[in-house]
Amino acid sequence: MYQTTYHRASSVDEAAATFAKGSEAKYLSGGQTLLPVMKQRLASPSDVIDLAKIKELIGVEAAGDTLTIKAATPHYDVATSDAAKKAIPAVAYLASLIGDPAVRYRGTIGGSLANNDPAADYPAAVLALGATIKTNKRSIAADDYFKGLFTTALEDGEIITAVSFPVPAKAGYAKFPHPASRFALTGVFVAKTKAGDVRVAVTGASQSGVMRVAALENALKANWSASAVDSVSIPASGLLSDIHGSSDYRANLIKVMAARAVTAAG
Amino acid sequence: MGVEGIGASVVRKEDKRFITGKGRYVDDIKLPGMTYAHFIRSPHAHAKVKGIDSSAALKMPGVVAVLTGKEIVDDKVGNLICGWAITSKDGTPMKMGAWPAMAPETVRFVGQAVAVVIAESKNLARDAAEAVVVDYEELPAVADVNAAIKAGAPQLHPEAPGNQVYDWVIGDENAVNDAFAKAANVVKMDVTNNRLAPNPMEPRSALADYDTAEEHYTLYTTSQNPHVARLVLSAFYNIAPEHKLRVIAPDVGGGFGSKIYIYPEEMVALWASKKTGRPVKWTGDRTEAFLTDAHGRDHVTHAEMAFDASNKILGFRVKTYANFGAYMSLFSSAVPTYLYATLLSGQYNIPAIHAEVIGVYTNTTPVDAYRGAGRPEASYLIERMMETAARQLKVDPAALRKSNFITQFPHQTPVIMAYDIGDFNASLDAAMKAIDYAGFAARKAQAKAQGKLRGIGVSCYIEACGIAPSKAVGSLGAGVGLWESAEVRVNPVGTIEILTGSHSHGQGHETTFCQLVADRLGVPISQVSIVHGDTDKVQFGMGTYGSRSAAVGLTAILKAMEKMESKAKKIAAHALEASEADIVIENGEFKVTGTDKAIALPMVALAAYTAHNLPDGMEPGLKESAFYDPSNFTFPAGAYICELEVDPGTGKTTFVNFVAADDFGRLINPMIVEGQVHGGLAQGIGQALLEHAVYDANGQPVTASFMDYTMPRADDLPSFKLSHTTTLCPGNPLGIKGCGEAGAIGASAAVINAITDAIGKNNLEMPATPDRVWRTIHAA
Repeated sequence: MYQTTYHRASSVDEAAATFAKGSEAKYLSGGQTLLPVMKQRLASPSDVIDLAKIKELIGVEAAGDTLTIKAATPHYDVATSDAAKKAIPAVAYLASLIGDPAVRYRGTIGGSLANNDPAADYPAAVLALGATIKTNKRSIAADDYFKGLFTTALEDGEIITAVSFPVPAKAGYAKFPHPASRFALTGVFVAKTKAGDVRVAVTGASQSGVMRVAALENALKANWSASAVDSVSIPASGLLSDIHGSSDYRANLIKVMAARAVTAAG
Repeated sequence: MGVEGIGASVVRKEDKRFITGKGRYVDDIKLPGMTYAHFIRSPHAHAKVKGIDSSAALKMPGVVAVLTGKEIVDDKVGNLICGWAITSKDGTPMKMGAWPAMAPETVRFVGQAVAVVIAESKNLARDAAEAVVVDYEELPAVADVNAAIKAGAPQLHPEAPGNQVYDWVIGDENAVNDAFAKAANVVKMDVTNNRLAPNPMEPRSALADYDTAEEHYTLYTTSQNPHVARLVLSAFYNIAPEHKLRVIAPDVGGGFGSKIYIYPEEMVALWASKKTGRPVKWTGDRTEAFLTDAHGRDHVTHAEMAFDASNKILGFRVKTYANFGAYMSLFSSAVPTYLYATLLSGQYNIPAIHAEVIGVYTNTTPVDAYRGAGRPEASYLIERMMETAARQLKVDPAALRKSNFITQFPHQTPVIMAYDIGDFNASLDAAMKAIDYAGFAARKAQAKAQGKLRGIGVSCYIEACGIAPSKAVGSLGAGVGLWESAEVRVNPVGTIEILTGSHSHGQGHETTFCQLVADRLGVPISQVSIVHGDTDKVQFGMGTYGSRSAAVGLTAILKAMEKMESKAKKIAAHALEASEADIVIENGEFKVTGTDKAIALPMVALAAYTAHNLPDGMEPGLKESAFYDPSNFTFPAGAYICELEVDPGTGKTTFVNFVAADDFGRLINPMIVEGQVHGGLAQGIGQALLEHAVYDANGQPVTASFMDYTMPRADDLPSFKLSHTTTLCPGNPLGIKGCGEAGAIGASAAVINAITDAIGKNNLEMPATPDRVWRTIHAA
């Protein structure tokens, strides 16, 4: 690791102010990606500003038709949150599948979304549920937030403070883990909104990061059942291919995992 | 057996320090004035080193030195050796290219060191390494065996035209041709044995300390065989004469073979310590482990088996290409020859066998012995072949095996090995019973109704362990003897120290070796300590690999114990005024049999050291040593059966049951044996389903971290059901065969046989990743 200056921020404003002063500052929110990358000397931030200890950024709340997860809430807290399990069990279940126990104790939803790894789990839930990403500057709709691999709508220095999920009528997540990294080789989140819309988001499969799949959404809107997926054709073009999963295989997994997610959603 | 004697599942003495973080590994050791080494490694699989500019690095704070490959060659540090001479079928010796500790002119694999920075801290060394400019001229590279043997392929070493190290044969080719000529059926198949990265938990580390006044070196290193390291560093690498070089291998966190070898980093640390006058420490990180620890396996084989009309095997014909990587590592040459082809008879009566093994250089990390070393490759090949034959001949795979088992012992195979004893039917019967083989068809039908593909796979392995005897291995080209030594010291107060040339890096010798002493003397194991891993303390030793420490090392301790006991009995008889022949040892006492006269061990020891009243002419003291060279290999064998389900939608394999019935001869500590089998099975299953060290066509490693290389985790593995059938090894007095490698040798074939049974298609290479299995299911 290159030398860096570590700051433990006590408020969002303090974090943002410290960020503005740094020449090449980075926010740290769990560090499950940033720290390994720094250890490999692939990143050399001048300043590392830790958001994970900011009290106002931690907590899970359900009110009315909204589940709100504050940005620095670790995955373990979400996975075990009664509020999350009651409001949107699929989100709590998704959190329980992220990485391994050590990752789940440290990693946070805000860190995951800001990093936007193309194989991370949370983006699938955020996109499929049409969540809103709240920052210290504004609110961003999920459909406007994800901009491709490791790219988001966040501006330089902008801090995610919370994610608000509208409670759906039905939701389910099915993940096929990457055998080595345990990221999603392919993960599919399906949601049926209370208004009857169907949204399907796929992570881990696409060369451009998390994506919605219109063909699956249309099929499931017409017939919310696992068998509805059978008739959908998923092209392999544009999908990732590596030693653990060819693009053909990932195309297959999108269908298989979508069907299983629907079954899980009930 | 007693509560702590042979056969007792005694809790491991060493675990208290390991579990409480008090283990002392090389990287835990700090010396005054210590510096840190960071190696500059080639990012190219094949390149000329045109120049190294270290001027900027040398100006950086805390940098002590930047040393290059040219300097180490100029200082006449020897090239790395391969310690087992193999002769090709045309009578020529194997063709080896030179391997300097750091490359002066040409790099041949990604990760090969070209220079080293020595600095006051790890981070400073790393910073400075980034400021060293190496000018490479890239050369075409080749990573794959099939590509490397083609005409026009990039050539690695001028000494080895066509990238061929040797073309070696074993067995009677004419007899095999005759067998095939009269065969009723011939089964043919191609089998790949995937390359693995060993990944012991502790990465390699070396700390070298040169004493300028004494001209003496001390090397702390992660070694499975510190005496062999000293021998090689002295005799071949010109570091120092043996009496001026002390090698200490303290607690070592796993090896699996990869820490047998003496690597460039240890040589460089020693040399750099003298050059800088400072202690030099290097500890590899995980990426360096992936790039530079010797890999395992990597065979491509075509095999044919001939059967008569009653499905008896007539002959076996094998041609294997073995990928050695860019250089010949210490024991690499022996792995695909004498540790592989000599086991090609498996558990079967095969009248004629012929194998040809072609060793090939590629631009990849060197390949050497890895848990099992040649025997997993042989076992996998034979057991895939038996399964394939059963499918082709339309007979039950277990029945085909049984009808071809060797049942008379000793049995001379056509490929050197003479099996001393075994009962292959007993282990297969035990495994079939444990898994309810007879009830499988019903379970398969039930699984099918639930949309799952269920399969069962058998693997009957045999291995040659306790690698020895010296005379035999010498006649086959080994550069060393393969005996073991031991010393028993009874201290004046009656506590006992056992000095052994075996080396524990996870095996539990500090417990099992004490159990032998407890068994013989009736003293608690708390009164016994095991000393190993230090060339200044232990007389000599050949180290731990090839499941040899119990069969060879423990027997050496037994021999030394017998000498010590004989002397102690004389002292006791003298003190008790009895005949030596009447003295028996029980519960820590020397007793006159049939009487109540006794003298406790501490009193015998004290008498030996005070020497006030010893028998006439007896030397004082109670300390004896022995060197033990066995008469043959040992032959652990067993049967593994695996039942699993494949999800046709994803190709994912889920275990239903995994049973192992092993014959290891006598067990010293069944709990430790169980642990060894569990670990071995995890590695065998890892090879079958998960692990693969992959290179792209240009020799760039694709799997140099745990994000890409799939190490087996607990949730990848089933709960194992273990059992033992026992035939005592006649080759050593304790009847031990060895248990360290069995799981890794036998497991992978059981898994692949089960998956191919489940999916109804026979062609499936390891690792059987979900993608690969799904693709195979849906292939036309």
